[in-house]
Amino acid sequence: MENYRGNGRGIMIPNREVGIVGYGAYIPRFRIRADEISRIWKDGEESLHLEEKSVAGLDEDTATMAIEAARNALERGRINPGDMGAIWVGSESKPYAVKPTATIVAEALGSTPHLNAADWEFACKAGTEALQAALGFVSSGMAHYALAIGADTAQGRPGDALEYTASAGAAAFLVGPGEESLAVLEGSYSFVSDTPDFFRRPLQPYPEHGHRFTGEPAYFRHTLQAGQYLMEHLGTKPQDYACIVLHQPNAKFPERAARLLGFSEKQFRPGLLVEVIGNTYAGSSPLGLTAYLDQAQPGERVLMVSFGSGAGSDAFSFRITEKIRKNLAPLPAVQDYISRRREIDYATYARYRGKLNYG
Amino acid sequence: MKGNSREVYVVGIGQTAVGEHWEKSLRDLAVESILASLKDAEVEKVEALYLGNMLSGELAEQEHLAALVADYAGLKGSEALKVEAACASGGAALRAGYLAVMSGLYDLVLVSGAEKMTDRENGLVTSALAMAADAEFEAVQGISFVALNALVMRRYMHEYGFKHEDFAGFAINAHHNAAGNPQAMFQRPISEEDFLQARMIAEPINLLDSSPVADGAATLLLTSGEVAKSISTHPVRILASSVATDTIALHDRDDPLFLQAASASAQKAYKQAGVEAEDIDFFELHDAFSIMSALSLEACGFAPRGQGVGLAKDGEISIEGRIPISTRGGLKGRGHPVGASGVYQVVEVVEQLRGQAGLNQVQEAEIGMAQSLGGIAATAITHILARES
Amino acid sequence: MSLPQNWRRQAGRYRLQGIKCQNCGRMSLAPRSICPRCHSTDIAPHQFSGKGEIYSHSTLYQAPAGYQAYIPYTVALVRLEEGPLVSAQLTDVDTDQVQIGQKVEMVTRKLREYGDEGLIVYGYKFRPVLKGE
Repeated sequence: MENYRGNGRGIMIPNREVGIVGYGAYIPRFRIRADEISRIWKDGEESLHLEEKSVAGLDEDTATMAIEAARNALERGRINPGDMGAIWVGSESKPYAVKPTATIVAEALGSTPHLNAADWEFACKAGTEALQAALGFVSSGMAHYALAIGADTAQGRPGDALEYTASAGAAAFLVGPGEESLAVLEGSYSFVSDTPDFFRRPLQPYPEHGHRFTGEPAYFRHTLQAGQYLMEHLGTKPQDYACIVLHQPNAKFPERAARLLGFSEKQFRPGLLVEVIGNTYAGSSPLGLTAYLDQAQPGERVLMVSFGSGAGSDAFSFRITEKIRKNLAPLPAVQDYISRRREIDYATYARYRGKLNYG
Repeated sequence: MKGNSREVYVVGIGQTAVGEHWEKSLRDLAVESILASLKDAEVEKVEALYLGNMLSGELAEQEHLAALVADYAGLKGSEALKVEAACASGGAALRAGYLAVMSGLYDLVLVSGAEKMTDRENGLVTSALAMAADAEFEAVQGISFVALNALVMRRYMHEYGFKHEDFAGFAINAHHNAAGNPQAMFQRPISEEDFLQARMIAEPINLLDSSPVADGAATLLLTSGEVAKSISTHPVRILASSVATDTIALHDRDDPLFLQAASASAQKAYKQAGVEAEDIDFFELHDAFSIMSALSLEACGFAPRGQGVGLAKDGEISIEGRIPISTRGGLKGRGHPVGASGVYQVVEVVEQLRGQAGLNQVQEAEIGMAQSLGGIAATAITHILARES
Repeated sequence: MSLPQNWRRQAGRYRLQGIKCQNCGRMSLAPRSICPRCHSTDIAPHQFSGKGEIYSHSTLYQAPAGYQAYIPYTVALVRLEEGPLVSAQLTDVDTDQVQIGQKVEMVTRKLREYGDEGLIVYGYKFRPVLKGE
């Protein structure tokens, strides 16, 4: 146990410094406005405070979105695709139920064949668990670089509350040694329990959810516990952080959770994207982190806490380094993807998302 | 010409009407045209059949087509081979038959082209026709064969400053001539207004820029000079036969707006026939799309580059014009049963040279040319024929 | 197209890896064993940047089987910055905004699906450049 730096109760501290060497985002071009959805479904769900959400095009899926986010991450990190030790894709909307998305991404990046490639699943925290594993993989010395991606083209049953939020997006993190990192990991922690707040059985197109049960016992319990516990054991306080990024299933939950954890609007605003892109599921908190990193300054700290139904939260504390200042003007920022928008109506949305039954 | 070659004549022609033949199968159509050609020449027995066809496997689930057709046409036992070169399959079959007679191997050879396309729905026919292009680098991108032509047309319009309506003359001429050909698919002329309002297929190509999917079969009976003179009162001589190829993929061409193979094939044919472009009295070109008419006229020396469209605007392609094209309707008006079209073209050249073209007769026609193109002229097959005086 | 037929072409399809003749420098996306220009057989893989401009384009309203769900879609000949032309679909474009000469960049997208049960074919497409040079 001499090399173990945790506390015996879940805190994860790497033996050597690791962090994020490159990051990349992807958000599809199409948007459907919340008022367009409520034009069709009048059941009072507009109170979720979303303006609009992103919608994947007919030729997009989790693999294609993951590929673009990953390409952005690799370009930012300026590494050779063949140097990748692992590519891990976290998603609940896999193009194939059986057949990895990660190998498609690896092939598209040109990283094959000498690497580990796998898919991760834990509802909306599949991307952050891939990130946690990548940090561990690199810090152990088993890989020099590993790529963790969270990506989803989320589905909600027509008329369900999820229709206002379930959207599409991806974020990728290239994990590498601390000395190359633009954000160095200070510590991580996961809090999990068997909580059936939201799930999808095999061969079912749409998930089931517990309505109000998804709130206090699920989202808030896990998010707050994970965030508080990590800060407690790192000896940090909310005022030590420039930003907090939380899972964003709607606009109310992350704002309330951030405030309960002791953070102000100034701290949660930079990583809060849900009002304009919706809930990108496994891409949600990772995309929030990329949005913050686009504007981060050396010396700042960021706390990220994901949430995945079923249920659990992964918390991370990162410290920003001088490497964040690399001049990367040609790379698309999250804001570039957000402002690249084409509004569609509900009928087009129904067609793009495969909600039409052709009989 | 090398070695001790023989002259080759067409002594018999046969064709079915072009259109939707619900009652007739592919073999029925082929046999009908073969029997018509034998009757036309008053010949009962031949030595070989070369059958042009592009899509029997894909659309009729039938390969091994030549043996099947030979059997049903009463030719069991004789040589019978299918020849395929996409949309130039008919021209390719003629090339094969020509070689067989010219070489001295056979004295009586049938050349047929047959295609049955209307049994299948549009999407399947569209994907089948896309097989004329590069499957792994063009078709896989969802690029239909129409779209490839559209890419050429758009660039042509961009480089030379033409508008879509400038191409109207090709379709109007083709439909006008088709109306005078009882075997043609379309029997009514069209106006410029019709052309401009036609449904878009692949911008800028609309329905009236495009030749129609159709069923049909046509047959030529070839023979040597010696036999021709003994059995026929109006033999037509094949002055030249030539084939050239280009890259199958458009993106591999240094200059996608020039049909290199069409030009090379025409030049070889002119040389073999001892003629120039000016000597050609009419030209059955491969007007699968209006842009192909313009590019064929340029490639074969009837117009400078960028000015092929001008011939249509100025009426020079009409029956009375300087270089009549699609005189029996062409692929556009007569219809384009792909693997058969190359044979239809030559049947029509023979009709003109015999003076049997009725309302479409080109006066004093002595030398006619036919050019069959496969893909975007990745295969170009030119034949020049002359009336025996 | 069969599974192996698609699989064999993945390097080119997914990331625009082509070839370059080591003798005369001719490049193309499609692998060849002999250079069509100088007939050299000294050919090596070449990774294209994915940047280019539209040489010509067409929007389809009638599509081959397997592509009908995407109608209308736009195809193009793209002149890569390295020189060769590539035939590809455009994506994330409004069909009436496409122009010859427009700058585009490569993305990897779904080309088609063999029904709900079959292979998903991924490959290059091009879209208007998202972020300046």
